[in-house]
Amino acid sequence: MVIVSTPSTGDPHTMPDAGYRIYALAGVALFAIGFYSLLVQAHLLRRIMALNVMGSGVFLVYIALGAQTPGPIPDPVPHAMVLTGIVVSVCATGLALALVDRVQAAAGDAEPGEDA
Amino acid sequence: MTSRVMVGVLSLAMCAALGWAVQSLPVRPTGLTGASLAKLPESGVTNPVTAVLLNYRGYDTLLEVGVLLLAIVAVWSLRRGEWPASDLHDRPLLMSLLRVVLPVLVLAAGYLLWIGAFAPGGAFQGGALLGGAIVLVMLGGLARRVLAYDRLLRAGLVLGVIVFAAVCAVTMLLTGGLLQFPAGTGGTWIMVIESAALVSIGLTLGLLYFGGRPNGDRLDSEHRRPAHHA
Repeated sequence: MVIVSTPSTGDPHTMPDAGYRIYALAGVALFAIGFYSLLVQAHLLRRIMALNVMGSGVFLVYIALGAQTPGPIPDPVPHAMVLTGIVVSVCATGLALALVDRVQAAAGDAEPGEDA
Repeated sequence: MTSRVMVGVLSLAMCAALGWAVQSLPVRPTGLTGASLAKLPESGVTNPVTAVLLNYRGYDTLLEVGVLLLAIVAVWSLRRGEWPASDLHDRPLLMSLLRVVLPVLVLAAGYLLWIGAFAPGGAFQGGALLGGAIVLVMLGGLARRVLAYDRLLRAGLVLGVIVFAAVCAVTMLLTGGLLQFPAGTGGTWIMVIESAALVSIGLTLGLLYFGGRPNGDRLDSEHRRPAHHA
């Protein structure tokens, strides 16, 4: 017997196809919000958080589009790639935080824009 | 202030453009669902996501395990970790909780690894649980006890890459293709890779929380750097 992950967005038989679009659009909005913060915020910690929000937006778009495929089973390829992406983004965040610490130790603060 | 407005306008424009792009995609894309499910009986597992991760696109996952190792090596190269204050005597409930939760977390990680062949689960989900368990242990002020197993931890961190690469080499000798498993044995190879990857992913995620390489000073550091633990 094949047990597959049902999309958390609801039952695929009752949900209209276009219903998944709202999640993809929400992912786009998250990406834009993160993009705004990335450019506006000076503190490096906030920029890392902004990058993570952008990444979550990309994951949401991808998962939502994977849920639109016909039939009860969502497209497993986006699921696998997002799963990979989440783990990589956590590790990249850890590395970024270590880099910020080095910047802070070298420059005295973690807001490189301040003294420019 | 004006630059903020400009960035805001730019972000809104980008949001609109991307939203339009998403909206104009075909409503019922076939994607790769059909292709994934058609080959599922040959993949050795019945969970299509695991089949994609470790059979169809095993190369991606091999590189990902390598990325995880690179991340922890880079963090360890950049800085030394700081010992969290061991104030366990102030938090008696945490230790009681850890005694119950830690075995459950380890058991759940093993269960997720096993169930990944049939249902949602696998090395990444199990590894995340293991990583969370290590973070909990460190929050409990027991980082020293974890990091005392220095060589064992380092071996665990590289285990995923080594086993994955070894499986690549062996399957290449057997079938001639990179990560092309001999017919009918896919499930076993996938379980071997995932078991090693589970250990490495869990350790990487957990030790990243420590924020650096274990500093050489161990239990005698209280005498030399008392301010660290204040």
